[in-house]
Parts: sequence; structure tokens; C-alpha cells
Amino acid sequence: MNQIWNIARKELSDGLRNRWLVAISLLFAAMAVGIAWLGAAASGQLGFTSIPATVASLASLATFLMPLIALLLAYDAIVGEDEGGTLMLLMTYPIGRGQILLGKFVGHGLILALAVLIGFGCAALAIGLLVDGIELNLLVWAFGRFMLSSTLLGWAFLALAYLLSSLVSEKSSAAGLALGVWFLFVLVFDLVLLALLVFSEGKFNPELLPWLLLLNPTDIYRLINLSGFDGASAMGVLSLGDDLPVQGLLLWLCLLAWAGLALALAYAAFRRRAA
Amino acid sequence: MNAVDIQGVSQRYGSMTALRQLDLHLEPGEVLGLFGHNGAGKTTTMKLILGLLTPSEGQVRVLGQAPNDPAVRRQLGYLPENVMFYPQLTGRETLHHFARIKGAALQQADELLGQVGLAHAADRRVKTYSKGMRQRLGLAQALLGAPQLLLLDEPTVGLDPIATQDLYILIDRLRQQGTSVILCSHVLPGVEAHINRAAILAGGQLEAIGTLTSLRAEAGLPSRIRASGLQQREQLLQHLNVNGNQTRLLGTDGIEVTGSSRGKMELLRQVLSQDQPNDIEIFQPSLEDLYRYYTERAGNAHAAEDKA
Repeated sequence: MNQIWNIARKELSDGLRNRWLVAISLLFAAMAVGIAWLGAAASGQLGFTSIPATVASLASLATFLMPLIALLLAYDAIVGEDEGGTLMLLMTYPIGRGQILLGKFVGHGLILALAVLIGFGCAALAIGLLVDGIELNLLVWAFGRFMLSSTLLGWAFLALAYLLSSLVSEKSSAAGLALGVWFLFVLVFDLVLLALLVFSEGKFNPELLPWLLLLNPTDIYRLINLSGFDGASAMGVLSLGDDLPVQGLLLWLCLLAWAGLALALAYAAFRRRAA
Repeated sequence: MNAVDIQGVSQRYGSMTALRQLDLHLEPGEVLGLFGHNGAGKTTTMKLILGLLTPSEGQVRVLGQAPNDPAVRRQLGYLPENVMFYPQLTGRETLHHFARIKGAALQQADELLGQVGLAHAADRRVKTYSKGMRQRLGLAQALLGAPQLLLLDEPTVGLDPIATQDLYILIDRLRQQGTSVILCSHVLPGVEAHINRAAILAGGQLEAIGTLTSLRAEAGLPSRIRASGLQQREQLLQHLNVNGNQTRLLGTDGIEVTGSSRGKMELLRQVLSQDQPNDIEIFQPSLEDLYRYYTERAGNAHAAEDKA
């Protein structure tokens, strides 16, 4: 346990020192405030519209950003140490590979969680203070759910980053793969699903299709954030989610399972890696 | 209890054999030099002792236990050949990080930085360090937790002559405190006086191991004796020639006799009894000569094997 924290505290202090934490927090805060007040500009309105609309817009933007940030933060976690020679050195220390991996996960995970808390938390505070007649309960509930699910989504992609970082032998390949993973889950997956819907012309088992959404953590994340608001109807592929028998708490568990599974796979890959 | 016990160890990667039937023992407080070309099996031997590899055959025990035992790892210091460390950390932070993981006291960091001559750079980031400074930081790292067994892979690379000398003095001191050291190196001159035994690896096989004296005797390489200030050197020369020694004249009043290391004392006696030289120099086969002899012998044996 102590060893895990020894690794985690280094990652955490690295994150503070190279200003990742500050940068991500600022980005999140700017994004949230911008969307809250300017999000309705397209429909000819300026100023705050509603909490559901704000959170929905924020969630669709975070779907792109959160995985990207997590992958950038952690893609070189293993292969980078290997190239610097410190991985082999650590292996000669009384610390196990599982402890190294978990330590990195805790450190990076804390950076992401703190950035979400600071960035979006400040935005929520600003909305609560500046907007008249806001429903505080709804604000806390909606933002709390959004912030928690965003963190979970980030953790799932951190674990995916460790997986690919354990598999490759060069940092540049890890960077390329990370970009590939991002493309796959954030862009390609939904397009393929959409194509499947269109070209199968209903021949594809309609009971099975919604389940496919669970294969993508970003879709689970969107389902969590878009459901639960009355009237906020899902668009595009996500409308499949209306037919999905998995709802509420189960969706959260699915996202958590994604992080856990990816971390287990990363551990398996890391164990097989030659020292 | 031996610091290292390697018994009948072979290591294969696929069809390639990196080590063949290696037997190696290291006593407490002993300094062993491990020499060999690239690919001779030095790194593989190191990795086996560090528990980074499991031998395909045979057994490795370190400090009486399996090498990957955490208790062993706390007692072991390792200086890798080329480590960059974390560029964004300072020297002191780097040592603190590794000290925590090793379970060593953090105060050691400052002591060790002073010992390796990095006290002035303790608060500078490692990315500003020169190669020699990184090497010294690596050494300080290896000394964390006062290890029983120290493995140094090319410790003098990047060090200037004075720093190299300091390193050897440090090794001598550690040996006196009972620390066992394995020193892997390409750099042979200067190391002789600081090792108890030398092991020479070639092609994955241990070609020779022993003290320099025993290796010299075993190899039978010639020693040269030079005497100068002789009164009747022609006579002496003749006498030595009769006894079958290789001789030649040197300068105006000197000679050089080449003989086996074993017969060195006898030759000296002869020179001293027949004449009154005012100076005598003895050139023994150096570690480099021995290294050359054993690796060439191994090379010839392999060539013969390939022909057969």
C-alpha cells in the first residue's frame, strides 16, 4: 500500500510541477463557463439557458476531451520509464509490477479527479452564484453526476493508456496508438454503429444492437449524462440507448467495469513485458 | 553465507544461448571484476543476480535467498549502465523517491550526494546534469540503504580520472565494511588493484576466474625483467641465454629478460647474484594481457569447433 503511494505521489507532484493540473483545470473551467453562457448563442440567445441544456452540451464536449486528456497524460507511463532506464531500475527495487501500475493509476487518477473538481466545480459555483433563481438542488445533482462520470471516463482511458504503453517498445508508437484509440472510441465506433443500423435495414437483431453501446465507454458516459433529464432526448446513435434495458446505476457499474477491465488487461500486458 | 551463488546456470533466449553452465560464487566483502566483450553474457549474469531473469537451467541464490525476494532487494544496490533518471526531478528528489521505495532513510540522500561529489548540484534538475553527473547520481542511488551486495555496470563510463579514482577508493572502503561488489567493466587499466578476483566471460562461457596471481600462473604469460646499470652485461646475457631465456640488450648498460611468471623469482636471483644492477623493473602480465589471452583462446576454440 505504501509503495503504491510512493509511486502515486511522484506522479502527482509531476502533474503539479509541469502544470498539467493547472492547465486541465483552467481548460475545464473555461469550457464550462463558456458553454453555460454562450451555449445558446446558436439559437439567438445569450446568457444562461437551463441546467439540463448546459450539462448536455458539456457532456458532449467532454466526451471528446476527457479521453484525449487521459491518453495524453498516461500514454508514456510504462514505455517512457523503460526508455529512460528507470523501469529496469525500479524492477530491482522491492516493489512489484502491480504496485508500480496501481501507483501510476492512483497518481494520474487523482490529477484527473482534482482537475474535474476544480475546473467544473468552479464553473458550477459561478452558475450558482451568478444566475438568479437557479434551482440549487438540480445544479448540485446534475453537476455532481457529470463530474463523477467524467472522472470515471477519464480513469477508463487512463487504464487503456497503460495497456498500450505496456504493449509497445517505443514512446512514439505509444503516442500513435493513443491517437488511434481515441479515434476508435470517440469517432469511428459510432459511425460504424450508425452504418450497421442503416445498411442492415432492420435485419440486424434489434434486441442486440443497443447492447453494442456498452462496448464503448464514451457511449456509456453519454447515456449516463443524457438520460435522467425529462425532455432532453438523445440524438443519433444514442437513441438506441432508449431501448437498452440497462439503466441508471447499472450504467455506472458498466463504466466502472471498463476502467477495471482495462486496468486488469494493462497489468497482464505489463507482467509479460521483459524487464 | 555467500553473497552470490550461481550453480550450473544456463540462459537461453529462443535458440540463442546467452550463458552456458555458469558457476560463480561471491563471498561477503569480496570484489569481483566481471569482464567480457559485448554479448559475452555480462548483462545476462547481472540480470540473473538482480532477479530480472529466471534461469533456463540451474539455480541462483543471492544472500542465501531467491534473487527476486523483496528482502534481498532491500539489501542490494544496482548501478545500471545507462540511466537517464527523471529529467524533471532534482538530484535530491530523485534520491528521495528511490529511498522511499527502498525503505531507506531520507537523510541518506544528502550524505550520499556529498559522498559522490554532487552536493553542489543537489537542487538542480537532472536534465541539466552531464553524463558523469548522472553516473554519480546513479552510484548514490545504488548506495541507498547501505546494501550488502553492490552491482556496478560500467561504473567508470563518463567519469573523469579523478572521479574514477574516487570511485575505486569508495569501493575499497565498502569492501572493508563487508560489502560484496560485482564490477562489470570494459575499462581494464587501473581496476586491478581494487578487485579480489577477476572473471572473464566470452561467448556465454566463463573462461577464467581467480585472483590475478592465479590467473597469471594459469595462463603462463611471460613476465619481463629489465635491469640497468650493469657492469658485465655481456656475461650475464650469455649466462641467461644458456638457461634458455629470451634476452635482449637495452640502452648502454641494460638488458631485458623475458621468462615465465613462475620463473620470475629465479631469474631475479640470477641477475642479482651475477651483477650489481642499480635499477630493476618487473613487467608482469597485466589484466589487459590476461583478458586478451583468454578471449582469444575462447575465440580460437570456437573457430576450431565451427570447423569440426
